[in-house]
Amino acid sequence: MTDTGIGAAVRRKEDHRFLTGRGTYTDDINRPGQTYAHILRSPHAHARIKSIDVSAAAKASGVVAVFTGADMAADGVGGLPCGWQIHSKDGSPMAEPAHPPLVTDKVCHVGDQVAVIIAESRTQAKDAAEKINVDYEELPAVIDMTAAIKDGSPLTHDDVAANICYDWHLGEKEPVDEGFAKAKHVAKIDIVNNRLIANAIEPRVAIGDYDPSSGEYTLYTTSQNPHVIRLLMGAFVLQIPEHKLRVVAPDVGGGFGSKIYHYAEEAILTWAAGKVKRPIKWTAERSESFISDCHGRDHVTHAELALDGDGKFLALRVSTLANMGAYLSTFAPCIPTYLHGTLLAGVYTTPAIYVEVKAVFTNTVPVDAYRGAGRPEASYLLERLVDRAAREMGLDPADIRRKNFIPADAFPYQTPVALQYDSGDYTATFDAAIKIADVDGFAARKAAAGKAGKLRGLGYSTYVEACGIAPSAVAGALGARAGLYESAEVRVHPTGSVTVFAGSHSHGQGHETTFAQLVSDSLGIPFENVDVVHGDTGKVQFGMGTYGSRSLAVGGEAIMKALGKVIDKATKIAAHVLETSEADIEFKDGQFTVAGTDKSMAFGDVALTAYVPHNFPHETLEPGLDESAFYDPANFTFPAGCHICEVEVDPETGVVEVIDFTAVDDVGRVINPMIVEGQVQGGVAQGIGQALLEECVYDESGQLVTGSYMDYTMPRASNLPNITVANETTLCAHNSLGVKGCGEVGAIGSPPAVINAVVDALSDFGVTDIAMPATPEKVWRAIQSAQAAG
Amino acid sequence: MYDFEYHRAASLDDAAGKLKSADDGTLVAGGMTLIPTLKLRLASPSDLIDISGLAELSGIKAEGDAVVVGAATIHAAVAASSDVRAKIPALADLAELIGDAQVRNRGTLGGSIANNDPTADYPAALLALGATIRTDHREIAADDYFEGLFETALDAGEIITQVAFPVPEKASYQKFPNPASRYALVGVFVAKGPSGVRVAVTGAGLDGVFRVTEMETALAENFSPDAIKDVSVSADGLNADIHAGADYRAHLIGVLARRAVADCT
Ligand SMILES: Cc1cc2nc3c(=O)[nH]c(=O)nc-3n(C[C@H](O)[C@H](O)[C@H](O)COP(=O)(O)OP(=O)(O)OC[C@H]3O[C@@H](n4cnc5c(N)ncnc54)[C@H](O)[C@@H]3O)c2cc1C
Repeated sequence: MTDTGIGAAVRRKEDHRFLTGRGTYTDDINRPGQTYAHILRSPHAHARIKSIDVSAAAKASGVVAVFTGADMAADGVGGLPCGWQIHSKDGSPMAEPAHPPLVTDKVCHVGDQVAVIIAESRTQAKDAAEKINVDYEELPAVIDMTAAIKDGSPLTHDDVAANICYDWHLGEKEPVDEGFAKAKHVAKIDIVNNRLIANAIEPRVAIGDYDPSSGEYTLYTTSQNPHVIRLLMGAFVLQIPEHKLRVVAPDVGGGFGSKIYHYAEEAILTWAAGKVKRPIKWTAERSESFISDCHGRDHVTHAELALDGDGKFLALRVSTLANMGAYLSTFAPCIPTYLHGTLLAGVYTTPAIYVEVKAVFTNTVPVDAYRGAGRPEASYLLERLVDRAAREMGLDPADIRRKNFIPADAFPYQTPVALQYDSGDYTATFDAAIKIADVDGFAARKAAAGKAGKLRGLGYSTYVEACGIAPSAVAGALGARAGLYESAEVRVHPTGSVTVFAGSHSHGQGHETTFAQLVSDSLGIPFENVDVVHGDTGKVQFGMGTYGSRSLAVGGEAIMKALGKVIDKATKIAAHVLETSEADIEFKDGQFTVAGTDKSMAFGDVALTAYVPHNFPHETLEPGLDESAFYDPANFTFPAGCHICEVEVDPETGVVEVIDFTAVDDVGRVINPMIVEGQVQGGVAQGIGQALLEECVYDESGQLVTGSYMDYTMPRASNLPNITVANETTLCAHNSLGVKGCGEVGAIGSPPAVINAVVDALSDFGVTDIAMPATPEKVWRAIQSAQAAG
Repeated sequence: MYDFEYHRAASLDDAAGKLKSADDGTLVAGGMTLIPTLKLRLASPSDLIDISGLAELSGIKAEGDAVVVGAATIHAAVAASSDVRAKIPALADLAELIGDAQVRNRGTLGGSIANNDPTADYPAALLALGATIRTDHREIAADDYFEGLFETALDAGEIITQVAFPVPEKASYQKFPNPASRYALVGVFVAKGPSGVRVAVTGAGLDGVFRVTEMETALAENFSPDAIKDVSVSADGLNADIHAGADYRAHLIGVLARRAVADCT
């Protein structure tokens, strides 16, 4: 390990820029002659548009143009595509209702896009929007999923029967039924995975630009994956070929999934820029973000676990309703299916599992991936259910887990729900977490808390997740309409410095640092000599983007592959200069040496020679040192771990304080421990947010009640405990670095640990369940009703 | 927001004059309440008259048995004032609990009580301490001042200049913040002072701040948490929203009142 190579806690290259306000975010970009767009949005959850009169708005001061869905449709603009197709149990493809960027005949959720006003200033655009007269015929809205699938429910889309997008299943029913038939105990649980709003600190922004002289469109956008946006928008929505469409995602202030998707505003602004032939900027206001950024989670699940007399799991049965919102967002259909149903084995040897998922349309904002995407929903239901089973059977929640872990020598391990785990050691992370959290001392801490009038509880969660998304062949077989490889280019400059062009976008993950460490380590060159470029389809050859903790396990591997090619080429050059055969060249610590001699050449000299090839044999050796690679993974990666949470509850008020949190994760090889620690802490903060604070609430008419920070509770520093992060490592068996992924583990592992701790704290009252978020009022009510029940 | 004319008042008289002559003028102090309202296009005043720098409205001083705070005093100044800390520490504590550092460094006492948000903190202190609101025209007792949701006894164009807080023997403010906004979900100010024992509740009432006289009577006889442990507060007339039902708010009033009594200094 060099001091800047793999395993070093190098300070982040990006921090100086971000901490001193020198970042360039989309809203910092201004184009000459720029105009401003305001999107007129639906105030209704469900309404037919009888007419739209834009005439007064079009004449208003400063207005450049006003467009409606009819204008886009007349121009042949397509609907927003969905990137993943799920098939129902009966083999039929999912329902895919039209998703026009600007609606034509009806609005399907509060915030749906009705018209765009383009003006010389933002204020003028907003003023003009007030002059648009939309004649709505309000329709009954359907918000609750359980109601939505009942006969006679209002339909979100006239052509989608019973509001059901698909009715999917996985696993075999018969062995599950047999497991239940032999069970000595069956634990059951009804669980709601609360709907969340991602709330990236930077709201979404888009700038559409069109150059009439070249016919080239440029979209600057707050995206986690600019190439995917170019692909989807260019090919499906606007029919602009790739060479005439550039998508730039500069510094992006957080995404958490909500900036993966191709959004209507991107298509509207790009298209409209071509119409008005001037650049157009749109910047979401925070209240607009609440009703137009995709939401996350929102599952309602019933699950049952069959156990033998010793607490060994025999079978698991899960039935879930998953909210899609009003339209299918880019990856929405795969979240509750292939990123949720496939994870239900967890870290356990449960031999038989059957899961059914109905995806449901409602008159709410579309729901898609949010940090963890499907895996937090899986780990939450599993870990709550396991805890419940332990309590009901009088078993220690640690013992029941240990008894059912997949043993460390059982890998590769084939689960009954499609995945094959390549590596792991669940007992190792569990033991480490128990030690760090000082579980042995808990009884004494509980007693001390009791003396102070507080209820203390401890909760476990042991989880596995599937990330490093994903082998294209597998993804394709499961309905992905894209490959999920990654690409990278390593350009060595004549003096030996390096620019990496990465297909993975960085928006908080620290790629500029981690990727530079890979290069520094491989080529033996100083970390300072490496820069990473990402986020621009005009510079980077291709990319599938950043989500599903894939940047290192897939994007990093693409870089390693390109580095391998660079080293091969450099070896050839060194062999030529040192007048020996390639086989005799050894490359170590940045030096090419003729084996067994002191004849050697530094990497920088080889690079210079590559660009000053005065005596190259041109038939066998090309000048230059610039290599690119595409990497398609062989399997998902499977980070796993144990989270332990300790809480104190004030029984008088119901307030839950998280006292301590321990996260021991196996994320594979750690490239930068400081960045891993930060990623896990951030994920845990969001997990604690989901468990105790955050909830997106709609009223019956489809108005978003939690439409601002007055009502939507974000976690604050004072809600968070000290979070101890540690790693126990097993290497990924199928990539060169042995890396798995760390971006989502915090959010996947933590919510059940928190809720199990709250239930543990309240167990003396006989409380067995508490829904997320466990707000003071809910906790207080749980205590009240348990006391009333005696 | 819509366009408006901005004026910085040179004096209290100037502010009053400008307010009168404007079409539809509004005073602005810290702007912490007004500016968000304008940004959401919920109001469209023709003129904003800025009183934040006026000498007549600033300063904190001890005046006989009272602490007098200028209406344009920011929350952070009240929290940091050695006079307030020495004489009415509960008031400094309250100011410290308002919003976040940015809000405390802009928002003012006058703006808060002119607005009379039912979840604001100061109204509880004014009512419990029996404060007097001084305006450019008159003095109003706190008991007569708070008239319901966002309603006060102020006449149109009337400007709050100062608030006089009688120094209590002891007092405490206990706040249960709304988890999202951090305004008071329930806030209870208990004071034992020149006007007897008072228990004022903010955040919970459908009509804004109110007193719990049953607790006051019990505490006047026996100033201890035990004295009010059996006083139950009715949920009638209390607010219910996604953060708390009326019964939970009623319960919290009891808990916070007992904690306030125990904490009184
Ligand atoms: C994020 C945030 C969190 C907050 N949290 C809390 C909290 O926890 N607790 C709490 O109590 N408050 C809270 N507030 C409100 C804050 O205390 C405001 O500062 C206060 O309510 C208004 O004061 P201001 O000086 O900013 O008034 P402005 O916004 O300037 O004015 C408000 C109104 O008062 C009028 N006005 C101002 N001064 C006078 C005067 N001297 N005479 C007559 N009328 C006048 C104005 O015309 C206007 O109508 C919060 C605000 C924000 C933005």
